[in-house]
Amino acid sequence: MSRLNEENLRIARQIISAYPKKKSALIPLLHLAQEQNGLVTNEAMTHIAELVDVTPAEVLGTCSFYEMFKRHPVGEYQINICHGISCHLLGAEDVLEHAESSLGVKEGEITQDGKFSFEGVECIAACTEAPCLQVNYRYINKVNADEFDQLIDDLRNETKTEIPKHGTLANTRQKIPANKAAGPAQVEESSRPIWLKRNKEE
Amino acid sequence: MTIPLITTSRWGIEDGHTLEGYLRTGGYQGLHRALEMSPEEVHEEVKQASLLGRGGAGFPAGIKWGFLPPDVWPRYLVVNGDESEPGTYKDRLLIERDPHQLIEGCVITCYALGLSQCFLYVRGEMAHGQERVAQALNEAYIKGYVGKNILGTEFSVDVILHWGAGAYIVGEETALIESLEGNRGMPRLKPPYFPASIGLYGKPTIVNNVETLSNIPWIVEHGGEAFAKIGAEQSTGTRIFAVSGHVKTPGVFEVEFGTTTFRDLIMGEQYAGGIRDGNSLKAFIPGGASAPWFYEEHLDIPLEKSVVDNAGSMLGSGAIVVMDDTTDIVKACHNVVRFFSRESCGKCTPCREGTNWLEKILDRILNGYGRLEDIDLLLDVCDNISPGISWPPKQTTICPLGPSAVSPIASALERYRSEFEAYISLSVDATPVVLTGGAHE
Amino acid sequence: MSNPSEEIDEVSVIIDGQEVHVKAGEILIDACESAGVDIPRFCYHKRMSQVGMCRMCIVEVDTGRGSSLQPSCMMNVSEGMVVDTQSELTKKVQDGVLEFLLLNHPLDCPVCDKGGECPLQDQTMAYGPGETRFVEEKRHFEKPIPINENVFLDRERCILCDRCTRFADEVVGDPLIQFIDRGNSTQVNTFPEDPFASYFSGNIVQICPVGALTAKSYRFKARPWDLEEIESTYPNPLGDRIVVQSSRDQVLRLQGLDSEAVNWGWLSDKDRFSFEAFQSEYRLDSPLVRGGGLNKAEKGGAGLVASSWAGALSIVTDSLKDVNPDRVAFLGGARLTNESQYAWTKLAKGVLGTDHVSADLGDELPAHVLLGLPRATISELCQPNNTIVLLTSDLKEEYGTLFIRLRHAAKAQGVNIVELSPTRTGLSNVAAVSLHPLPGEIGNVAEALVTGDIPREVGGITGEEIANAHEYLQNSNVFVVVNRSSIGQSTTPIIDAITSFQKLDNCRFLPLVRRGNTMGALDMGMSPGLLPGRNTLSSGSAVFSDIWPNLPAKEGADTKQILQNAADGKIDTLFLIGADPISDFPDRSLAKSAIQNAGTVVSVDLFVTPSVYESDVVLPAASFLEVNGSHTNVEGRITPIRQKVTAPGTSRPDWMIASEIAYLLGHNLNIDTPEDVWNEMTSRSAVHGNLGYPHFDNDQNGHLITATGRIPFLPSQERLESRPVDSYAMRLIIGKRMFDHGTITQMSASLRSLAEASQLRINQYDFERLGIDEGTKVQVTSGDRDISVTVKIDDRVPRSCALIYANLDGADPRELLNEGSHSIDIRIDPTVRA
Repeated sequence: MSRLNEENLRIARQIISAYPKKKSALIPLLHLAQEQNGLVTNEAMTHIAELVDVTPAEVLGTCSFYEMFKRHPVGEYQINICHGISCHLLGAEDVLEHAESSLGVKEGEITQDGKFSFEGVECIAACTEAPCLQVNYRYINKVNADEFDQLIDDLRNETKTEIPKHGTLANTRQKIPANKAAGPAQVEESSRPIWLKRNKEE
Repeated sequence: MTIPLITTSRWGIEDGHTLEGYLRTGGYQGLHRALEMSPEEVHEEVKQASLLGRGGAGFPAGIKWGFLPPDVWPRYLVVNGDESEPGTYKDRLLIERDPHQLIEGCVITCYALGLSQCFLYVRGEMAHGQERVAQALNEAYIKGYVGKNILGTEFSVDVILHWGAGAYIVGEETALIESLEGNRGMPRLKPPYFPASIGLYGKPTIVNNVETLSNIPWIVEHGGEAFAKIGAEQSTGTRIFAVSGHVKTPGVFEVEFGTTTFRDLIMGEQYAGGIRDGNSLKAFIPGGASAPWFYEEHLDIPLEKSVVDNAGSMLGSGAIVVMDDTTDIVKACHNVVRFFSRESCGKCTPCREGTNWLEKILDRILNGYGRLEDIDLLLDVCDNISPGISWPPKQTTICPLGPSAVSPIASALERYRSEFEAYISLSVDATPVVLTGGAHE
Repeated sequence: MSNPSEEIDEVSVIIDGQEVHVKAGEILIDACESAGVDIPRFCYHKRMSQVGMCRMCIVEVDTGRGSSLQPSCMMNVSEGMVVDTQSELTKKVQDGVLEFLLLNHPLDCPVCDKGGECPLQDQTMAYGPGETRFVEEKRHFEKPIPINENVFLDRERCILCDRCTRFADEVVGDPLIQFIDRGNSTQVNTFPEDPFASYFSGNIVQICPVGALTAKSYRFKARPWDLEEIESTYPNPLGDRIVVQSSRDQVLRLQGLDSEAVNWGWLSDKDRFSFEAFQSEYRLDSPLVRGGGLNKAEKGGAGLVASSWAGALSIVTDSLKDVNPDRVAFLGGARLTNESQYAWTKLAKGVLGTDHVSADLGDELPAHVLLGLPRATISELCQPNNTIVLLTSDLKEEYGTLFIRLRHAAKAQGVNIVELSPTRTGLSNVAAVSLHPLPGEIGNVAEALVTGDIPREVGGITGEEIANAHEYLQNSNVFVVVNRSSIGQSTTPIIDAITSFQKLDNCRFLPLVRRGNTMGALDMGMSPGLLPGRNTLSSGSAVFSDIWPNLPAKEGADTKQILQNAADGKIDTLFLIGADPISDFPDRSLAKSAIQNAGTVVSVDLFVTPSVYESDVVLPAASFLEVNGSHTNVEGRITPIRQKVTAPGTSRPDWMIASEIAYLLGHNLNIDTPEDVWNEMTSRSAVHGNLGYPHFDNDQNGHLITATGRIPFLPSQERLESRPVDSYAMRLIIGKRMFDHGTITQMSASLRSLAEASQLRINQYDFERLGIDEGTKVQVTSGDRDISVTVKIDDRVPRSCALIYANLDGADPRELLNEGSHSIDIRIDPTVRA
């Protein structure tokens, strides 16, 4: 199933309601679709287009701009090996080479069991922990060849359960209790906020 | 003088990211204090603090806030948490380890400026950071620090956690706004130069970096004057620097702004501990991948914005990348250029085509197909992206991304041209070959 | 005293060392152009917002703070600005950008359609480097891919200037082509399996600065240097200005001409690609007569056979000799040039003495509405902060370039559109208010809107909605655009509505017509009771009596009465001047019976339409590409139509045919050229005054006829009673599609397949009430009439209404029309399947 399922549709509507304009929810909804299907399908993009009132082409335009959205299958575990300058200086290319030989696939390919794919990525903000990588956006710091192989074993044996399957990003979502919500600041709302009124701002 | 830790005080506290831990360590005192003051008094404290933006450009936050046009509503706050400049590693830690401090900074800022909604844009790849912010927001909403009638007052504002999805250029503030509107993250045309006048949904918008906003609670709690006493006259408070690369103890350090020197940070035992393996320093990047490189002779420059600017580079995003004498300069140069080439949004011709061409030429040199004329070609292409190859760079583009690719080439060629020539002298074939690749479908 | 707002503020700037005075705030690139300094550009297009992407137009600018590099499309001129477009630095940067653009641009100019008219090629030839410094492989994409039925995209040639994507999104609101991927891999494309289904797609071919977008109809047909071109007018209601391009007497391409007053360079696909129809193999190229055998005329023969002009015309003149003028009638003429219209009117009313002349086919607003209201131009409508009320159908379907202008006005000029259309339309999402009164109720809704006397509900609109819309009418500049939005609604409620809006101070109108030159037809007297120049038969006879020998004695019948008379055997000769009442007249059976029962039916046409097929004599006419003359648009704007190619076979301009018939009847119309018509007409027309002959006029905005009031609008005396729709019924809307079974669309290879099949469209709510599957065929009844048609969900249709488009393949909604009703209610029986 490629369109958003009922539960995700409910979440999608909640996400949309937080923004003054529907289209702002586009990226969060693409994440939601990717979480559901492991990738972003054309059907999901069409569904999202309906939800935020744009054309599917506009959804694709946005979706294809961002690296995290995969429109072709990746492994259950997508390994992003950082090759930013700090990691480069400390052996990122060796990690990449090792990944290729250890997994037996080239960058961008998926292992036969569908479990793994890897690619070199730009800086992931863990520069003092170089060389580092992310598996489904979970950090592994100061990685060497042995640790890499251990990581693969753990993932293959499903003993590293803190890492979700590809698509799931954060395990916690923001939830705004209905009675606590200030509500989106509508673009048409043109009056001075109430807490400034007292004090005559400016 | 020992200085207080302003932004990183809870990094060592196990539960500093929870509401309980935050409150126990003095959290939300700034907000309480702010709500006792009028919004303009809060704004005044920040102006007095002379807080410089911590995102890269170093523009004074209080002045940026002052660009809001009077009587245009609603106004929005957008938090730039899209940290992705190579070598930069601070905002992620602030997000993961002290999310409430950031949230408190956001809420106070909204109060001070009459901003009706806040969007906290966290880089997509920071899954853990998103979880921490979501948890913190959920707690803060329940306890009334965010949302409707904050702490029982008539001040209400939602802080919405927004996920990015992987694009460096979104760190540029107008691209960030485009992205938040659900569009391709391509920088907007200037003017207007500041989104403060026309920003999100065409409305006045303040875009501030995570570290900038994380300073706000302390400033409001302790006063702008106290903050301004720390650091140098023009560069007040503390700043977080990440020192990475070929140092003994790479790390992220909060230091007094403007007085600490590069030597302190790179060589100091309490900081990065010096060059690894007894090697010597070859070069270092003082402020993120866009910055022109510094060398041995620049070590004693203080971490002060104007001094570094005058020395021909920038402090940028607080990213210091150290290269020792084992570094292959051509490879390092190629690495940084490749970054900009891959992260170009594709809007402006010189950046879209030029950075990719530079990468291809460097690729060729590294792969043994270099030609002597390639060095001049590299410089001429740089010159066409950023005429004059000067610092600060002239631009033929809307945003500085394209010209940023020029710095590493200009720096590397200026000091280590011989390394390029060495590669070229080993070329397997003097005649250029057409390399395959690049088919998109 | 002069009005200060009319003074144009000027500033003085120095461009390349020359001091020039330009409009304050003008965009620098335009200011330079008007000063004769051309700055190269690719992304900049003056009819779209600036994006500053290509960076080609960068020049050195000094505004007093030192010289800096600035894209001239992004700067507004200011006093004292110093611009250097030729400096060494400017040249270096521009050469650099050009080199960057060429890195990945293929060297296929010899096989590229754009070659010879390509800005990139021109720039490269003029300033480009002799050889490339780029030794790497270029970007590769699959070579041209179709993005819709008519347009191909070659992504390798694309320089990512954002013109096509901007046009799609910003100008016409069809964002179906997009930038996809990022950086150096960026491409323009559609969503998979979702073509660029826009009515305006041909424009992106015209504005593409390279050969990335090509039109199927023109691909590999010609080289620009082989083309000859002429500026003309497309004879549609807006009178869109065009450039007709031909080679070897074949029209190969129509391009939009940028006229400030009308179409801004844009064209709808229907008009752009329709030139194919006029060159189709089905074009009539010789006269036809009803015959029994090979080329043998025979009244009552089974089919049409080819004839000589002499043979065909003799049948026509025989039927007219000594005929009672009251037994001769003329229908049609609304698509012709003003000159041909005048010639036919002169034949009918000046020679034959009949006033049974009507260009209307029962689907236009009455002549007193079209001529009697204070009129406004499109540009007057679009002034900032105006309110425009739309009493119209979907302008995107029927009036493409007006849709574009109004969309721009709403989006960029702060114009408030108050839409009162039967369904949601292409402008709904930019309208300040979008309301959809029940057909038949528009008069009551308008009354409430104008007076502010707000009922709880009227015509399906709530009081709250009325009150909201009423606010927008408190504007001192209210304009009303009105057309016959559905032939399922009589003109009475529309006239009621106009009567209400007339009560607003200064309210002005833009009444729209269905057929291209209906306005011209009225001004040329092709309506009962009218003579050219808005003279009436009663008051204007003296104006023409010296040159028109046999003016009619009394006012003639209207279209419906003419057809009724013909059906009753009271018409001996019926002329159909480019008219097809069987396809167009609301009462199809009356039209058919009229043609069958008229004595001699003479069709003057381009194609064998259903009505032509039933005629006795068929005279082949020349199309607008083959004649000289002029056109009058809905504003009253007169622009030239110019001949570019030769008419096929022996077909002739209409004015010549009319003149010839008169001559054979012993009368000289004194018309040997269109200019003769013009001179005679303007000498007698108070409204045309001293206009010179338009053929020689080079103003792209043409001449505007402003005189109004000679033919007064007849306000309604009493409003129609409200008639709610009962809960078992639905109110019928008969709409028009851009692409339908109209002759021109069907005769154009590029357009033919774009017409859909007939469907009954209702919204989701009503659909669920019926409890059937989409696509089910249902029986639709109205009184004792019925049709069967498939159902489609369309949420643009309001509740309790049903929309069927006219003139599509399949069910004909005219079958549901009921003589004398102001609106039509239908019942849908989902259980009766056809």
